[in-house]
Amino acid sequence: MSGTIIEARGLTKRYGTAYAVNDANFTVGAGEIFGLLGPNGAGKTTTILMLLGLCDISAGEARVFGHDPMREPLEVKRLVGYLPDSVGFYDQLTAAENLHYTARLMGLDAVTRKKRIAAALVRVGLSAVANRKVATFSRGMRQRLGLAEIVMKDARVAILDEPTNGLDPQASVELLHLIRSLKENGVSILLSSHLLDRVQSVCDRVALFNTGRIVLMGSVDELGRQVLGGGYAVEVEADGGDAVAKRLAALPGVRSVEEPEPGRFRMVCDSDLRGDAAGAVVAAGGRLKQLSLDRPSLETIYTRYFQNTQEARDAA
Amino acid sequence: MRREGSALQGLGVVTLKELSDHLVSARMRVLEWLVVLVALAAVFGAITQIRAVTAQDPFLFLRLFTTAREPLPSFVAFLGFLVPLMAIGLGFDAVNGEHNRRTLSRILSQPIYRDALLFGKFLAGLGVISISLVCLWLLVIGLGLIMLGVPPGGEEMARALIFLLVTIAYAGVWLALAMLFSVIFRSAATAALVTLGLWLFLSVIWPALAPAIAEAFVSPEHQATLVITAQMLARLSPSTLYGEIVLALLDPSTRTLGPVYLSQLEGAVMGAPLPLSQSLLVAWPQIVGMVAASILLFVGGYVAFQRQEVRA
Repeated sequence: MSGTIIEARGLTKRYGTAYAVNDANFTVGAGEIFGLLGPNGAGKTTTILMLLGLCDISAGEARVFGHDPMREPLEVKRLVGYLPDSVGFYDQLTAAENLHYTARLMGLDAVTRKKRIAAALVRVGLSAVANRKVATFSRGMRQRLGLAEIVMKDARVAILDEPTNGLDPQASVELLHLIRSLKENGVSILLSSHLLDRVQSVCDRVALFNTGRIVLMGSVDELGRQVLGGGYAVEVEADGGDAVAKRLAALPGVRSVEEPEPGRFRMVCDSDLRGDAAGAVVAAGGRLKQLSLDRPSLETIYTRYFQNTQEARDAA
Repeated sequence: MRREGSALQGLGVVTLKELSDHLVSARMRVLEWLVVLVALAAVFGAITQIRAVTAQDPFLFLRLFTTAREPLPSFVAFLGFLVPLMAIGLGFDAVNGEHNRRTLSRILSQPIYRDALLFGKFLAGLGVISISLVCLWLLVIGLGLIMLGVPPGGEEMARALIFLLVTIAYAGVWLALAMLFSVIFRSAATAALVTLGLWLFLSVIWPALAPAIAEAFVSPEHQATLVITAQMLARLSPSTLYGEIVLALLDPSTRTLGPVYLSQLEGAVMGAPLPLSQSLLVAWPQIVGMVAASILLFVGGYVAFQRQEVRA
């Protein structure tokens, strides 16, 4: 990460006395994919709209490439490509015509427009249907056309609001692949989603929202350590009883060992300790039957976080 | 807070796109055909009537616009009814349509301000109406030339031209009103119904209601005050304003649009036409009122749109 592209400091949006976003602080670095995750109504879209200058900021400040979205919205919009939740196009126009319209709004000249539109449609795999009316497009194709707009714009940062929402698993995978390819081209990406498991694979860092506040922030491994007490879970199935459990617990980097059922051990550890675990089973005179690694899922982290918070509240 | 860049950046692009959308839309075709057929029927009726009754009339061409032949109303009466319909048809889903198509946030995330989008849509709507009205106007003049066989005089042409401009301004009022409701109501059907309801109220009910309301406030003994109050109230309707402007412009013998006092008749030659400049002076407050109404309604829509959350 060589610099900060997006910065939010104490970003707050109030509607009367209700807070849609409350004191959000985060940064998105160059070439990073940063996820704003959380349930519907958590404040993700409002945060995005404030960053784009499409919604007033009640308190705090935002900077995109150093520009204030409220004072310099045109400059921000020139640099940012935005894919809204359930992106809409003009159905009576073809895919290429829709892109032509936005390209003209961007102020691109005719030659550049033509070149960029053709290249963008190829990139997202829609060149074969460039002259088909958007009315005939599936949801996945519309999302890809939305990404084509960002590619055409040559945006340095892409803001994607719920990009996989409503897509079937195959279309989701394809879209996430396209998002990764944007990153490979040096585009910084801020994406929001309530589908934690789908976007976990592409995000470098995430901020978990709940009722307008960022409750957790960091990489998935960091959050795993923070909330679950370890970033990795190694499942060991072996004969050997207590001796194996003791050996596993003694390994450096192991935070806890549970035996949910006889002969099955679950180690929570700081790194991938499958090799050490196999050695420990053999050293304890046990017989190894199966070894697998579970990276903590965001869903588990999120659920556990709220369980912990609730427990702490109950205890108080 | 001062914003960077021009508020009108992208205005031309939005206007051209909207203009082309309107021109190829089925809705516009239906409205155009409706206006053309009805107006042609009215003009044809007027021409046959003029041939039958008029001997020497220095403003024969202007009669094309104002003469009615039962059961058809005059061309002007038709326009007074259909132009608002056309304007409402073009404006009722201008902004909420973008919301419902979920294109608004995507378009506004391009380097343009909301000003350009709203103003572009207004200009495009007005442009389409202007194109239709100019074609219609030329058609009427052409038909008049062919069927009457008399060329129009310079003043007649000037009056007819100003009438055309006033009709476009009249359309602007209804377009601005329709766009205001398209900003306020998220549902296009609600916006259309409310605008049409208001149009019917202002065009049909309000002129009939105004004298009754005036009577509630002014004693019948003060006849002149009563008439003036009723007129003032009736002029809150753009249809009344348009009717009065058209009367002053297309009937050059019209000396006043309010009550006629004895002092005004002193020395006047009854039925003698006023020069164009005097007719314009007579109708000037109404013209200004109509343009002001357009501007006020547009500004209302503009303010509402600026304050609106862009989530779709």
